[in-house]
Amino acid sequence: MLEIRYVWELPVRVSHWVNAVCVLVLSVTGFYIGNPFYPASDTAAYIMGWNRFIHFTFAYLFLASLIVRFYWFLFGNHHSSWRMFFPWATKSGRKAAITFFRYYTFTGPKLPYEVGHNPLAAMAYAGVYSLFVLQLVTGFAIYGQFQPDGFWFGIFGTLLTWIDVQTLRLVHHLTMWLLGGFFINHFYSAWLMDVKEMNGVMSSIFSGYKFVERDDL
Amino acid sequence: MQNPETRLPEGSVPEEILQQWEKRGVSRRSFLKFCSAMTATLALPVTMMGRVAQALEADSSPPLIWLEFQDCAGDSEAFLRANQPTAAEIILDYLSVDYHETIMAAAGHQAEAAKHQTIEKYKGKYLVVVEGSIPMADGGVYCTVGGDSALNIARQVCGNAAATIAVGSCATFGGIPAATPNPTGAVSVREAVPGATVINLPGCPVNVQNLTATIVHYLTFGRLPATDQLARPKFAYGKRIHDNCERRSHFDAGQYAETFGDPGHRQGWCLYKLGCKGPETFHNCPTVRYNEGSSWPIQAGHGCLGCSEPQFWDAMTPFYRRLPQVPGFGVESTADKIGLGLIAATGVAFAAHAVASSFRKGDKLEADQVVKED
Ligand code: HEM
Ligand code: HEM
Ligand code: SF4
Repeated sequence: MLEIRYVWELPVRVSHWVNAVCVLVLSVTGFYIGNPFYPASDTAAYIMGWNRFIHFTFAYLFLASLIVRFYWFLFGNHHSSWRMFFPWATKSGRKAAITFFRYYTFTGPKLPYEVGHNPLAAMAYAGVYSLFVLQLVTGFAIYGQFQPDGFWFGIFGTLLTWIDVQTLRLVHHLTMWLLGGFFINHFYSAWLMDVKEMNGVMSSIFSGYKFVERDDL
Repeated sequence: MQNPETRLPEGSVPEEILQQWEKRGVSRRSFLKFCSAMTATLALPVTMMGRVAQALEADSSPPLIWLEFQDCAGDSEAFLRANQPTAAEIILDYLSVDYHETIMAAAGHQAEAAKHQTIEKYKGKYLVVVEGSIPMADGGVYCTVGGDSALNIARQVCGNAAATIAVGSCATFGGIPAATPNPTGAVSVREAVPGATVINLPGCPVNVQNLTATIVHYLTFGRLPATDQLARPKFAYGKRIHDNCERRSHFDAGQYAETFGDPGHRQGWCLYKLGCKGPETFHNCPTVRYNEGSSWPIQAGHGCLGCSEPQFWDAMTPFYRRLPQVPGFGVESTADKIGLGLIAATGVAFAAHAVASSFRKGDKLEADQVVKED
């Protein structure tokens, strides 16, 4: 018998979609900041001004959303715990990761059965959360320059001299493309798993619920 | 006590001081201009102008030694070539410059003797200006003056000074001699003489106005001005060029020169896309400018090179591109080309995976649960 389980709690789902929107908006505005391809009609325009304003507003929203998710790493259910991101730390996790890897590379026939994140996806999420933190650090470090006695300069000011600003900018810029690469992978894999696992993973990130066959666990 | 009737209004300069400067050939107008420029550069209230003028009158003027190491003499040039009658002139008149290789009359042993005399006589009281970086490789043999290495000279002269003012990007951060691969092992004064009191005035060359203002601050208050984490005075390096730039409204609007000489460039649009490093450079060029305030690179139509930031020759290149090169990729690949390549490759790989996966049979997990609809 299939049963329905509540897997992704509200903070996980909300922060997922806030993050997704933030990454999208930050990438579009960031791309413009990096390469202002769209010409302004006259001096009264404020195109770069708006792009930067939106970039910084969503940067703060992104920060807030990540704080929520990081809190939930510690206090949420076990599917959303930080432990999920290190499947290789346990024997069963390693085994499931290998089975998954073989399935993806067409060298193994079957998927293992998972309620929460599949181990390969979880490893990708560990990577992507690291990229999020990298974007926050490099972003707020560059941002802090406008006010050398201000809050962000106080926190990240030393970065601006340890690692020069140009390198920080390059890292910030390249990470946008890495996140784009992750997104293609992520969207495709979510679709693939939705088709193959037949457990409603795609709708689970909206509703929180997944279908689970207890006998297969 | 001064009679309140005759007390001067706050900030004004006493008549005798003006007369004394007139006798030395500096008109009262020039001297007042100088005092107000210094007060403004140091971001002091106008009421401090009188104090600044008086500091230049006290007869305890400290001797100054100017050292040159691995440099192009650009900072000396900047100091000496300014317009008439100059800030530099007033300071030169006032300070006793006991040793400056480019301008002193003495030469050889005589000059070295004069330098040693100053060090002995005014130990802990004289000022030093250092121009140029100090080579450390191979025992410091790559720069010697009068038979002694730059390193030894710097240790001796800066180590015994009241304060050392490192001017130009070479003395402050190693500059061009320290650019990769740095064959001479060039370092800044602060690195070569860690114990000394050093203030950094980077720039290629240093802005004379900032150098004189630093000296004036020292004379007025008896100490060096407040500095940032790179030992640069905040009055001169406390704001980003980009935040005070006269082209900033074009930046915010979205109007950029695409190439040198295009219509946008001729209309004074922002130089961001031509590689301007104003967004990562802290300096007061936009407000103080160069050559007695006549112009500065961005006003003249050239993007900022970031010359006053550490290791600018390595960090800020390519000068005509916004972002550095991605290590390991060719000169022509920009971050965006590489990124687009990555996206295209991922897209193709997953599309292929999708096609292969849809032909895959018997791998659906709940296939046994499916009930056929009629
Ligand atoms: C159309 C857009 C998207 C869809 C349909 C989607 C779908 C999903 C689904 C189904 C999951 C749960 C997967 C699992 O079982 O492990 C998930 C998780 C996740 N997604 Fe997305 N996603 C989208 C966009 C994004 C974007 C743009 C990002 C960020 C770049 C992102 C980052 C993540 C992360 C980090 C998780 C792990 C959630 C956690 O445990 O915190 N997603 N997504
Ligand atoms: C997923 C997240 C983000 C993406 C994809 C992103 C993307 C970008 C890109 C591509 C640029 C242009 C870089 C260049 O070529 O110089 C940029 C600039 C910038 N970003 Fe982000 N960014 C993100 C998050 C953040 C955050 C969290 C902050 C924090 C405040 C931030 C602050 C900045 C700043 C200050 C700039 C430079 C703006 C300027 O020079 O006017 N970014 N961003
Ligand atoms: S010219 Fe340079 S410093 Fe001035 S606004 Fe443009 S990018 Fe900023």
